[in-house]
Amino acid sequence: MTSTFLNGQQTRRQAAMAVLVHAATAEIAGHLAALDVPAYEQLREPENGLVMLRGRIGGDGAPFNLGEATVSRAAVRLASGEVGFGYTLGRDRTKAELIALCDALIQTDAFTDAVETKVLAPLRGRIAEDRQQRAAQTAATKVDFYTLVRGEG
Amino acid sequence: MYVAVKGGERAIENAHRLLAHERRGDRAVPEVSLSQISEQLSLGVDRVMTEGSLYDRELAALAIKQARGDMIEAIFLLRAFRATLPRFGASEPVDTSQMRVRRRISSTFKDMPGGQILGSTFDYTHRLLDPVLTEESMPEQPVLAEAQPAVMPRVTDILGRDGLIESSPAEDAEQPVGDLTRDALSFPAERDLRLQNLARADEGFLLSLGYSSQRGYGRNHPFAGEIRLGEVEVEFMAEDVGFAVPLGAITLTECQMVNQFKGTDTEAPSFTRGYGLAFGQSERKVMSMALVDRALRARELGEDVVAPSQDEEFVLSHSDNVQATGFVEHLKLPHYVDFQSELGLLRKLRKEFHDANSAPDAMKEAAE
Repeated sequence: MTSTFLNGQQTRRQAAMAVLVHAATAEIAGHLAALDVPAYEQLREPENGLVMLRGRIGGDGAPFNLGEATVSRAAVRLASGEVGFGYTLGRDRTKAELIALCDALIQTDAFTDAVETKVLAPLRGRIAEDRQQRAAQTAATKVDFYTLVRGEG
Repeated sequence: MYVAVKGGERAIENAHRLLAHERRGDRAVPEVSLSQISEQLSLGVDRVMTEGSLYDRELAALAIKQARGDMIEAIFLLRAFRATLPRFGASEPVDTSQMRVRRRISSTFKDMPGGQILGSTFDYTHRLLDPVLTEESMPEQPVLAEAQPAVMPRVTDILGRDGLIESSPAEDAEQPVGDLTRDALSFPAERDLRLQNLARADEGFLLSLGYSSQRGYGRNHPFAGEIRLGEVEVEFMAEDVGFAVPLGAITLTECQMVNQFKGTDTEAPSFTRGYGLAFGQSERKVMSMALVDRALRARELGEDVVAPSQDEEFVLSHSDNVQATGFVEHLKLPHYVDFQSELGLLRKLRKEFHDANSAPDAMKEAAE
């Protein structure tokens, strides 16, 4: 495998995770149901833990510890050998496991397209719509300054 | 000294049962749910997450419910919970310039790239109690407008381009990030540790200190350069995966305070800054935090430490409301033996006083 292939795959996996973390567990499960998901085993029992969240001094300077967040993680292995990882904010271990499963599936030739079209694409659409809605609500509160002309005239 | 007191077990058990009863209140009134607290008392949830130093809305809502709305008790519960989980590591530092902004205001520039966005705010409300809310009500849907994909540079970035404001301290890869949950705080404390302390500090304490600096106790001439609220993405370098994994988004409020300028023989004068960052929508908190952060830079900026807000040992040692309430409230615990010895001493002193004052006159005359 070339490093270009690996980089491409890493980018694809990160992009998939970036969608899945914003979805609800039931949503991911619902879309996955459209796939004929192969057998897999838990490589790591899904678990809860903490991640220390960091900010930067002044927004762009040296890092500092802001406070922790609950995080769930899981790892699965498909019968065909691919290993997938799932990390997500919150204490939903099932969600971490589903993300790990998707991560493993997109590394296979057989399932990568199906995960993209049947799981990621609809989630991406829904998330974009929600963000658009919020952005539109926010935009309506933008101040339009106009200058009042004072004095004689 | 505390003594173990036996015999209180039944009373304690019954007191806790009574607490559960009182917490529930009138049983004919529907019970409040965690999602109701999280959705409808959301700023309270934000405060508990911030000072509890744990980002988890559902747990913060549970803590508020369990604590019967006592915020410091809820914060205490959240802090205690975090001790039950292992830490996987630290996130990549979040990038607030990439925030999906829901509110962004500046009191220093009217026209800035991206504009002034009010978002949802109590500002400009009339602070009149609203009788509509006494009954169940459904508000109108928000107004929608076309969202322009706009870059929203931080005001400090704009000032920084012309060198008008000091730059943030640069990252030193060799220097580990201070963590007061791992190592006890010692003084002098560096800015990373001070900000961690202030981020989880009691809002009321910081508000009063910030206010005191405005009133002249360590004045630092602040402008709210920018306050922004919104969602930022969090990434975590997961060793097992081999790359930075996205964890999801968190809501943050950030305050960039622009403060009185300073220059030296070798450096042209520029504005100085104070910084505030907190979970959720916590505007008062981040403004107060930024004021106090700037005040605590007195030593670094060569200013005289003359006011409480500038005294880092005073501020950082008393800012944590869980520690503070622990020490204040421990006065409720049995101090029977301590008190008995004080009582014995007092009786002895009083006896000596009376004996001296009722001595025969002959003694007094001899003394004269």
